[in-house]
Amino acid sequence: MTPFDYQRAADAAGAVAAGVRGGAKYLGGGTNLVDLMRETIERPDCLVDVSCLSGGIDETPDGGLQIGAGVTNAAVAADRRVRERYPLLAQAILSGASAQIRNMATVGGNILQRTRCGYFYDDAARCNKRRPGDGCDAVDGFNRNHAILGASPACVATHPSDMCVALAALDAMVTVEGPAGPRQVPLIGLHRLPGDTPQIETVLEPGALITAVTLPPNGISARSRYRKVRDRSSYAFALVSVAAGLEMEGDTVKDVRLALGGVAHKPWRALAAEAALRGRLLTDAALQGAAEAELSPARGLRDNVFKIDLARRVIVDSLSSLAQAREIVR
Amino acid sequence: MSLVQDTLQAVMKKAIALAPDGFIPGGHPDPLIHHKHGLIGAPVSRIDGPLKVSGKAAFAAEFPVDGMAYAALKYSSIPRGRIAELDTRAAEAAPGVVLVMTHKNAPRLQPMPPFMSQPKAAGGDDVPVMQDDQVHWNGQPVALVLAETQEQADHARSLIRVAYEAGHGVTALAEAKANGSEPGLFQGEPLKLDLNDAEDKLAAAPHKVDVRYTTPRHSHNPIELHAATVYWEGDALRVHDATQAVDHAAWTLAQVFGLREEQVHVTSPYVGGGFGSKTLWQHQILAAAASRLAGRPVRIMLSREGVYRIVGGRTITEQRVAIGAQDDGTFDALIHTGTVAMTPHNNMPEPFILPARSAYASRSFLLDVETVKLNMVANTFMRAPGESVGTFGLECAVDELAHAMNIDPIELRIRNEPEKDPTTGLPFSSRLIVEAWRRGAERFGWSKRGAPGARREGEWLVGLGCATATYPYYRMPGGAARITLTRDGRATISISAHEMGMGTSTAQTQVAAERLGLTMEQVTFAYGDNTLPGVVLAGGSQQTAAIGAAVSAAQRQLFETLLQLAGNDSPLAGLKPDEVGGSDGGLGKLDEPQIFESYASILQRAQRESVTAEAEAPPPLELQHWSMHSHGAMFCEVRVSTVTGEVRVNRFLGVFDCGRIINAKTARSQFRGGIVMGLGLALMEETQFDERSGRIMNPSLAEYHVPVHLDVPEIDAIWLDEPDPHTPMGARGVGEIGITGVGAAVANAVFNATGKRVRDLPITLDKLL
Ligand SMILES: Cc1cc2nc3c(=O)[nH]c(=O)nc-3n(C[C@H](O)[C@H](O)[C@H](O)COP(=O)(O)OP(=O)(O)OC[C@H]3O[C@@H](n4cnc5c(N)ncnc54)[C@H](O)[C@@H]3O)c2cc1C
Repeated sequence: MTPFDYQRAADAAGAVAAGVRGGAKYLGGGTNLVDLMRETIERPDCLVDVSCLSGGIDETPDGGLQIGAGVTNAAVAADRRVRERYPLLAQAILSGASAQIRNMATVGGNILQRTRCGYFYDDAARCNKRRPGDGCDAVDGFNRNHAILGASPACVATHPSDMCVALAALDAMVTVEGPAGPRQVPLIGLHRLPGDTPQIETVLEPGALITAVTLPPNGISARSRYRKVRDRSSYAFALVSVAAGLEMEGDTVKDVRLALGGVAHKPWRALAAEAALRGRLLTDAALQGAAEAELSPARGLRDNVFKIDLARRVIVDSLSSLAQAREIVR
Repeated sequence: MSLVQDTLQAVMKKAIALAPDGFIPGGHPDPLIHHKHGLIGAPVSRIDGPLKVSGKAAFAAEFPVDGMAYAALKYSSIPRGRIAELDTRAAEAAPGVVLVMTHKNAPRLQPMPPFMSQPKAAGGDDVPVMQDDQVHWNGQPVALVLAETQEQADHARSLIRVAYEAGHGVTALAEAKANGSEPGLFQGEPLKLDLNDAEDKLAAAPHKVDVRYTTPRHSHNPIELHAATVYWEGDALRVHDATQAVDHAAWTLAQVFGLREEQVHVTSPYVGGGFGSKTLWQHQILAAAASRLAGRPVRIMLSREGVYRIVGGRTITEQRVAIGAQDDGTFDALIHTGTVAMTPHNNMPEPFILPARSAYASRSFLLDVETVKLNMVANTFMRAPGESVGTFGLECAVDELAHAMNIDPIELRIRNEPEKDPTTGLPFSSRLIVEAWRRGAERFGWSKRGAPGARREGEWLVGLGCATATYPYYRMPGGAARITLTRDGRATISISAHEMGMGTSTAQTQVAAERLGLTMEQVTFAYGDNTLPGVVLAGGSQQTAAIGAAVSAAQRQLFETLLQLAGNDSPLAGLKPDEVGGSDGGLGKLDEPQIFESYASILQRAQRESVTAEAEAPPPLELQHWSMHSHGAMFCEVRVSTVTGEVRVNRFLGVFDCGRIINAKTARSQFRGGIVMGLGLALMEETQFDERSGRIMNPSLAEYHVPVHLDVPEIDAIWLDEPDPHTPMGARGVGEIGITGVGAAVANAVFNATGKRVRDLPITLDKLL
């Protein structure tokens, strides 16, 4: 680990003032950043601790919830309002990492956690994220956990978060405090696809601080489910995960939300599949067609071709079992 | 070896095989076998448990020494070539740095004699340890930093810059195979066995399977990282090590540093898991070298990544299993051959054919392990080396044949139960696998097993599978023990054995207390120190027997001395050591226990404070006189998702025939632990070795998956508890057998659930979509 300064921010403005300085990084629970510092993949010269800022979960005027960026993953998943109104989010969080890590991890840090690509983690390998222009050893290497959608020759890494997949499905908005003042960014627009610049992972400017995530009310929570697929039953990243929610009017789809994890450089909102279903009768053929609409651009790599079929299966199964399930009244 | 020696050895072997039982160790059953209601077998909790849970048990990296410096290693990033430039200036200038050691300034050292090359050799490889600019594998240590704190050492390490001149490393299996293979030699003997033209018999057999299986690399992940605290006292080297071989480590270090063995003192009171990995690797040597260079005590603790880079694991295997059978299911031919990867700098040909030597009767055999060479970290022993992956191929093939012939797989196994060892012709010392099958089938509900793919519960297909577990009884030469008995009726057993968390010290305290007629509180078991008597490796599941034989010899010696001291005034006058036993704090005549004198009384009359006896265990000739193996009937129920292909294990049963069980609690933990490790082998463990660079790409527990709690169902482990009449205490060792057979039991259950054969481990979900 490279030596660094540590400071605890008193408020968001103070944090941003310290955070915009080059070389500074925000510290949430440290479960990702400190690991990367130990490997000297990240070498900030100053850590601005923001884990004590923005700690609450509050009602919004329109009946949604605003979750502070410093709230721990464990606290979000345990919150009664979250469990009742956004069970998808609680399920997604609880499927991730371990209880110990969730106790430390914060909402802000979870959103900005970095990929688990083995070649990103190993300084001896080539990686365009670590050294732009270096090349990517993952494209032809171990890439079972890697992207099938939206990848580029420069980078095939995935964003590993479960929480963000649920947030993507729930139309979450992210509040960002920056040098130029606060702004709102939709979660599904926050992370970027790799393109030629995989080192630039989000649309946030340097020094931007995430202060909150806002969840609007929705009609899908009664029929929603997060399903994470992996070889090991727990404490493993998703090979594929699906956050799915349905609102039905008779046999017709009134609203549908579908987001995929483990498949792309960002939490993947399956807009094409949703469009193919909204307002339609929920037949098996419609489901297959919707999955196809989303996955036809998918491309497999040496170790992960199976994920295309797997994603299709989980999309179809999740939505059809949600359709069959009686509304879960909480 | 010369022809004369060869012939002599063959003659000796034959003579030992044919000798009357009474001439052989174990020829007269250990009297302890008849102790039915004492401490033996009792579920005694580990005596070191309270120390461990309260943090008071000191492990290798927990010995404080004044003036200690901390070490960090820099690893190579190419598989083969030379170090062209090594810039250590920034590291040397970093805060707290004591020194940076590289091949340029390291003391001159001899390479480690590798394991099995000499009786006490413990080296993982025989590569020169930081002596030149040559790189032999990706991950080899190229520099060591010593600093005042671990953090300073780690930081300075990151400032070292190395430039390499890449050579040609062989890192792809296909290239290694194209370079040609050599037959595997294990413990000095060829693994190849060719009996009665198996290929011809296979070709002619009316029923057959001929299938290929593969198993991947596995990395060692004991919970305690490899570590040592080392310092020099003049020319003597003191090592607090985490090792399963104190004597081997000391002897090997002596060779490396040009010392006499007595100048090296290695202790290892607690080891947080070994599994075959806690032997001598470069870190202890580098720490000792750096300590000499700096004139300071050194602590080295590998990072988890460090363990993956410099401690070898289980190598990759490619196996062919072919079985030819008659209509009645009896085997005409059993062929188990294949290829394993090794390195140019070690000799550990993962001997996966070992189970096939004795598991089944067959009219012919062809067994062979071919080795090819890769530039990688030297592969090594890992829990049941050979058997764990060998039983995967063998026991899946038996299941495949049973299915093809429409015979129940248990029935097929029973039909091929040999009367004597099918490849050596030796009688079995004790073999109760058929009984284990019957008990297990009943207990597990085997009769409810349906046709493949027939049982569905919601989205899950459910299936049952079984496999034979097997592991040999070993006892290595060199055992010796000392017993000191004091007038207050306390005894200390001293032997250079090991406690790696499996409960050795507890079980051996039980045994010694039972032998001497003392309570456990009156017995101290001293171990983990190379200055104690004997050479007892904690490996091959042989410690229990090795300690047992040594302590039993010392006990006989002790009784002889005690009877002499007792003299003519004792009620015991005139009795021989074999006629007395320890009971109630003294000696009593075996068949007339009222003829008795307490130890205190004997010592008092002889005016002695204490009496000490030391003896060597007899050479392990029993291994050449009987075929000695433990067995287990393994049963598994899995469910497989029809949506995702995910495999989850519902329940597992192992019924073990391991001779007498010494401690029901610690033995059950060994069985269960082995099965858990087997579930990892079956379903998820795989070292990602990048064939382009020879680099391990998942050197962490986040990415290298071992089972978590949720993967482990209820595991039922029971045993027959029938003593082996020819082993010390009637026991055969329980440390490794639990992992054997598990891979096949899971794979066979997956087949029963889905109708799909997965022949390449691990059974990940993509193989079942
Ligand atoms: C072994 C292991 C297994 C895991 N398994 C899973 C899993 O299965 N599923 C899953 O989803 N996750 C998993 N995780 C990842 C875990 O969820 C993340 O490490 C965690 O969410 C990161 O949160 P943190 O607060 O600790 O972030 P930190 O490590 O503190 O920070 C991460 C990044 O976010 C930045 N940051 C933090 N807070 C803010 C803020 N408010 N504004 C702007 N930037 C900020 C930091 O500068 C840093 O770049 C696993 C992690 C480990 C170590």
